[in-house]
Amino acid sequence: MDKTINQKAWFLVLPVFLVVAFSAILPLMTVVNYSMQDTFGNNQFFWNGVGWFKELLDPSTDLGGRFLASLGRNLLFSAIILAIEVPLGIVVALSMPRDGWSVAACLVILALPLLIPWNVVGTIWQIFGRPDIGLLGYTLNSLGINYNYVSNEFDAWATVIVMDVWHWTSLVALLCYAGLKSIPDAYYQAAQIDGASRWAVFTAIQLPKMNRVLLIAVLLRFMDSFMIYTEPFVVTGGGPGNSTTFVSIELVKIALGQFDLGKAAALSLVYNLIILIVCWVFYTVMTNAGAERPVKQGAE
Amino acid sequence: MHSIPGRRVILITFLIFLLLPIYWLVNMSFKTNAEIVSTMTLWPHQPTLENYKRIFTDESWYSGYINSLTYVLINTVISIAVALPAAYGFSRYRFLGDKHLFFWLLSNRMAPAAVYALPFFNLYSAINLFDTPWAVALAHCIFNVPLAVWILEGFVSGVPREIDETAFLDGYSFPRFFIKILVPLIASGIGVAAFFCFMFSWVELLLARTLTSVNAKPISAIMTRTVSAAGMDWGLLAAAGVLTIIPGALVIWFVRNYIARGFALGRV
Repeated sequence: MDKTINQKAWFLVLPVFLVVAFSAILPLMTVVNYSMQDTFGNNQFFWNGVGWFKELLDPSTDLGGRFLASLGRNLLFSAIILAIEVPLGIVVALSMPRDGWSVAACLVILALPLLIPWNVVGTIWQIFGRPDIGLLGYTLNSLGINYNYVSNEFDAWATVIVMDVWHWTSLVALLCYAGLKSIPDAYYQAAQIDGASRWAVFTAIQLPKMNRVLLIAVLLRFMDSFMIYTEPFVVTGGGPGNSTTFVSIELVKIALGQFDLGKAAALSLVYNLIILIVCWVFYTVMTNAGAERPVKQGAE
Repeated sequence: MHSIPGRRVILITFLIFLLLPIYWLVNMSFKTNAEIVSTMTLWPHQPTLENYKRIFTDESWYSGYINSLTYVLINTVISIAVALPAAYGFSRYRFLGDKHLFFWLLSNRMAPAAVYALPFFNLYSAINLFDTPWAVALAHCIFNVPLAVWILEGFVSGVPREIDETAFLDGYSFPRFFIKILVPLIASGIGVAAFFCFMFSWVELLLARTLTSVNAKPISAIMTRTVSAAGMDWGLLAAAGVLTIIPGALVIWFVRNYIARGFALGRV
């Protein structure tokens, strides 16, 4: 992997830089600009300095209260789905058949939820969970469980979480499966000769070998769940009350609902900063472990 | 040794869990509204194609699919076209700021769409692209171009450097080498990258909805409008949903071995 130093490579990269800069830097500058100002309509803006940021981090104000509450909900949501999806994904990956046509069939079914437009994922669960016309809601209610995601906070949370598990566990499973496939058979044979138990094989061979893919899976799931918008928006609309209003939903409410540009911009920047920090961790993981190059995958 | 006890049961249970909600959607799309609302039936007792027929004949519905496909295709073409040379550059050379640039690209892939919704609205209104497929296509570049660069970089790195050197010794110019030799060698990688650009642009709703109002309205936005309207037409909504799943389901077979790789930005 000895790369030659060649500054002309910038010409190869320039188109990408221009396209992304157009969509990233210009809008971000607008955001920074707005975040320091206040408006009373009519396109008249007033300098507000760091006022919005102060308000944002102070739970006693309206803005700060809403932001910190949605942040707390979002972190709780991310923690719950990680706690469910990661172990479940590992178990599913370990349960995958070894070879034959069933592998391909399983891969295709697993990938199916990942390819569905996010608002349709929301629609599917909105329909599926309804007590009157949805299989899930109907079954639960006829079993005597009073389930209604529209009016009950707990049910709304449960629906959003199950929906996310349905939507994204496959990703963890597929990543783990790719990691598992890279383990040479010799390792298993050696373990068999040593008489290692099933659990020992898992902790001593499979888990260490899956380390990197698992880390990638956790970070990807954390970031995506931290930015979740469409699915809960379609299913619960952030309700009942504010109980499933996550950061993105709150932000869109302030920005496009109330057109409170200054507040929205300040929130955006803080939000982006959190993502950026996690992203940096992600990048370090991806590139440091990059010494082991992509695992060769399957047939063709 | 690969497997765990009870693996069949676990796997089949999980696959059923994945398929059941999709089945329910398909099931509803073949029912009349009367049947949906009045009775709980596990399969359509009076199967009807009425819902699909309405979507294919009502312009306000099918134009949504055309609009979505338009911006998705524009976006895929732009993303792959700019990402190919960049992937080669990142894979083969070191240059000033390369690592920072690579990280910056990643950070854009991860940026929350909600942050960009409002500034994009202002930006594309200012340059008169609002409510055109171009606005959405360009906006989606913010996450698809980095994705394509990351995926393609992995594939280009899989091509031995000796091939480049031999080609240049044989007198190939850079553009000719690129098109005649490199592109065919990483054709499967381009396919995978194109698939993921297509997919991520297809599934996105927030930006697509914010940047369009009438002429370029994507199918996802048309669907949410139906949801919020009073007097819900469930069968129609379900049929529209089923139709959005089909493009992904059609090509999934060809990329099945690369799915993990695409989602992990080419790093698995």
